[in-house]
Amino acid sequence: MNRRVVVTGMGICAPNGTGLKAFGEALRSGKSGIRFQEDLYKLNFGCQVAGKPNINEALINKYFSAVQLKGLLANGLIYGVIAGKDAWNDAGLDVQPEGPPDWDSGIFFGTGLLGVDKFREAIYHVDAGQVRKLGSNSVVQTMASGISAYLGGILGCGNQVSTNSSACTTGTESVLMAWERIRSGQAERILAGSCSDSGPYIWGGFDAMRILPRSYNQDPESASRPMSASAAGFVPGSGAGALVLESLVSAENRGARIYAEVLGGIANSGGQREGGSMTAPNPGAVQRCIAGAVEVAGIHPSEIDSINGHLTATSKDAEEIANWSQALGRSGADFPYVNSFKSTIGHCLAAAGSIECVGALLQFKEQAIFGNVNCDDLHPDIESQVVSERVPRKTLPFSINLLAKASFGFGDVNACIIFRRYTN
Amino acid sequence: MEKDQYYSRLKTIVSPYLPEDVRAESIGMDSHFVKELNINSANLVDIILDVEDEFDIVLENEDMDAMQTVRDAMELIDKKLAAKK
Repeated sequence: MNRRVVVTGMGICAPNGTGLKAFGEALRSGKSGIRFQEDLYKLNFGCQVAGKPNINEALINKYFSAVQLKGLLANGLIYGVIAGKDAWNDAGLDVQPEGPPDWDSGIFFGTGLLGVDKFREAIYHVDAGQVRKLGSNSVVQTMASGISAYLGGILGCGNQVSTNSSACTTGTESVLMAWERIRSGQAERILAGSCSDSGPYIWGGFDAMRILPRSYNQDPESASRPMSASAAGFVPGSGAGALVLESLVSAENRGARIYAEVLGGIANSGGQREGGSMTAPNPGAVQRCIAGAVEVAGIHPSEIDSINGHLTATSKDAEEIANWSQALGRSGADFPYVNSFKSTIGHCLAAAGSIECVGALLQFKEQAIFGNVNCDDLHPDIESQVVSERVPRKTLPFSINLLAKASFGFGDVNACIIFRRYTN
Repeated sequence: MEKDQYYSRLKTIVSPYLPEDVRAESIGMDSHFVKELNINSANLVDIILDVEDEFDIVLENEDMDAMQTVRDAMELIDKKLAAKK
C-alpha cells in the first residue's frame, strides 16, 4: 500500500519570526533573527550571538493553561507547542475537548535535550536534599518525549505519539517518519516537527568545541555566513517548526489547502567510517542518502530545481555542495538553485530540519526562492562547482516544481526528502 | 478570623489547578480536592508545595495524606503555624 502524502498545515516559532506570515516575510526580505545574547556575554562565551524566538508572556499564555504555565521553564517545549498548535490550526483541523481521541492522527515531534533550564532547577533542588521540591512538572518538562506528550494531550491524538532524536537531522527525520506511516496506511494525519531549547546550557558544548564564530559579537546579523568564503562557524539557534502531513485522500475529503506533496526520502548513516566521524559526515553516505531519496521519490535528478541545504556556515559547506553535485550528477550552470536559511535563523540544531522544511515549503506558496544572506563572498570552492547565479543572494521569483531538503547531524546521520508542487 | 484568611489564600493557590470546567467559585471549605474539584492527583503535590511557600511551613508525608479537603488544609496550616510560635 503506497498512498500519496501531502502537507496541509504548518506552524513556526523561529528566531526571525513566529507565525507563517512573519517568518515568510523575514525569509523573503532576509531579516535576521540573530542577536547579541547578554547571558552568553556574562558567562564568558566565545560566541555571544544566537538565534532565539522573540516571544512574550502574552503569546505564551494563549497556548498554555494556567496549570501548565506554573513552573514552565522548558523553552523548547514552549516553542514546540506554539508551532504544533499553529500547524494543526493552519490545517483546519478541529480539536475535540471531550470524547475519544482521534485514532487516525498521530505525532512525531523530535528534540535534542528538552527542558534544560527545568533540569537545572531540578539538579539544584536534588543536590540540596530537597527532592520533594521538584513537584509534579519536572518529569514532563524534562523527558525528551515531553513535547510529543504535551501536543498529544492538547490535540487529542490517538495514533502513534512519539519523539525522535537524531541531532541536527531530527526535524527532517520526523517528517520522513510521518510520511512513511501515512503512506503505509497506518495513520491519516501526523503532526511532524521538532523543537530545540535556547540558552547557554544547550549551546555551551558547541562553544567549547570552538565551532561557533567568535568575531561577530558586535555585529550579530553578519555572524552566520553559509557558503561564504568568510564563514567562521555556525551560529547557534533554537525554536520549532511543525508540519501536518496527511494522506491525499483525507486532505481531498476535507477540501484542505495543500502546500506540497511529499514524494518521500530516506534517512541513513555513514557509520562513522570512510571519512565520517562523530562530527563529520561520511561523504559516500551523504551521496547515497540524496540519491536514495531521488530514487524513492521516483524522479530523475535533472528534475530537481531547488535545494534547501543543511549548509551550516562551516568549512564543510563546500563539501556538502560537492556531495549534492556528485549525487545528482549536476554541476556548473546545471546545478539546481541552492539556499540555506541558517544565515538569518542560525543553526537551530534539533529544530533545524523542521524549521527549514517549513521555510522551504513556503517558497512554493510564495513562488520564490528565498535569497541567501551574508554570502556576497561566495566560497571559491563552491564557485568552482556551481555557477554563482545558482546561489541567489536576493530572493528570486521562481515557481519551484521539485525541491530537495536534506539535514545532516552529529553521529554521522543523514536525511533527505523530496517535495513536489501539488497540482490536482 | 484567621481561618477566613487561610480560606481565601488557599482559594488563590488552588484556582490555577482546577480543570477548565470547574470554576473557582466552587471551591468550598468542604470541597474534596480530587473527588469534587477534579484536581489531577499529580497536582496535589504542587498544591502542597505552594501551601508551604505561602504560609512558610513544612508539611510531612502524613500531613499530605491527611490533606483531602480545603478544610483539612486549613486545619493543617493552623496546627503548623501554632507549633511554630
